[in-house]
Amino acid sequence: MDVLWDSTEPLTVRQVGLRLTNRDLAHTTVMTVLDRLAKKGFARRQRDGRAWRYQAAANREAYVTELMLHALDQTGDRSAALASFARRVSDSEAEVLRRALESIGEVPRD
Amino acid sequence: MFPPVLVLAAVAGGTALGAAALASARWPYRSPGAAILLWQALGLSWGLAAVGALAALGAVPGEHGVAGGALSGAARAIRSAALGFGPPALIAAARLAVLAASAALFALLVWVLLAASAAVLVARRRHRILLSLLAHGDPKVPGALVVDHPAAAAYCVPGLRSRIVISAGTLDLLDSAELAAVLAHERAHLRARHDLVLLPFSALGRAFPRARLVCQAHATVALLVEMLADDRALRQRPARELATALLRVGTSGAGLAPSGALAAASAADAEMTTRVARLLAPQARLPRHVQALVCCTAALLVAVPVTLLLFSF
Repeated sequence: MDVLWDSTEPLTVRQVGLRLTNRDLAHTTVMTVLDRLAKKGFARRQRDGRAWRYQAAANREAYVTELMLHALDQTGDRSAALASFARRVSDSEAEVLRRALESIGEVPRD
Repeated sequence: MFPPVLVLAAVAGGTALGAAALASARWPYRSPGAAILLWQALGLSWGLAAVGALAALGAVPGEHGVAGGALSGAARAIRSAALGFGPPALIAAARLAVLAASAALFALLVWVLLAASAAVLVARRRHRILLSLLAHGDPKVPGALVVDHPAAAAYCVPGLRSRIVISAGTLDLLDSAELAAVLAHERAHLRARHDLVLLPFSALGRAFPRARLVCQAHATVALLVEMLADDRALRQRPARELATALLRVGTSGAGLAPSGALAAASAADAEMTTRVARLLAPQARLPRHVQALVCCTAALLVAVPVTLLLFSF
């Protein structure tokens, strides 16, 4: 997926394989992975002669944003899908908590 | 001997009152595990008693408790409607109506649980796929995945293939001791499958967002589950590390929250303050015999409706 994100143009299976130089992957392995990414909607593909050309469906930042939105569920009805360590508090409460932090001898960092 | 319908109705009403009392009680913070068991028993008992009370209204006295009575009651009413004899039509219709209501309530509760479970599984799967594409390991947090994002986030994705996720923002914010406390907390969630404890409560809370008691129950159990994980993490890490980690992560995003999330923020305020206070000034756990009493109450709460549904006296 990193290869697709780093490329500006759609790539063929062979091109993706060539860019994965650090790993020794069979052509068919790369093809299977790309096929699965396309089926799951992470990559788009188009016919180019006899080969498929693949490109990322959305950029990396969009997916990171989706992940974090899900993780930092601000709506209050926390879904049971994830379990967050701490919840965001309001400004006034943050002040109270920062003072608590200072009172136990810790300097708040931001 | 009281008729089952009265006992079941009393249990349904009593569990609702009990839940309201438990939501505002403070002793659960001292022994969150026992309190969670009581919450589960209250929920299960209420469901069984509410369905059972309606079924008992339409049941005929028989050998196999309210459940058997309800089935033969339905059969008799349908037979009499089809053949035109037996109890007067009005009584048969009324009997069918309450039995249908009972079955509908039962089906609704089951459906809500199944739908919520399915939604959770789908969301988790999507999240895990995204993680496998985006996240990477980091020697600072062994066993956890790191997502490159400046906001502070630390959470786990429960399931058979569970994941602990830490954002790059959290890595910058916390020192190594605090990170270890966060990991211990999240591992406690995953190991004890706290998500399964929470699922029915969150499912009901989402299905009935206007029912205050249901939402209160969800919020309370969610807080108790966090406390349970805090307690578990305290076995490996000092309370101070966990408290400062909580404070840092909780206050890091202050000012960024959208204004529409005010209610959520005030609930989060109370929750975070309670958890931090509990870590910095711990209270003694409930004595053993009180915990045993709570467990016996929980068992009794479930046993009464189950007995009435299955056996006749």
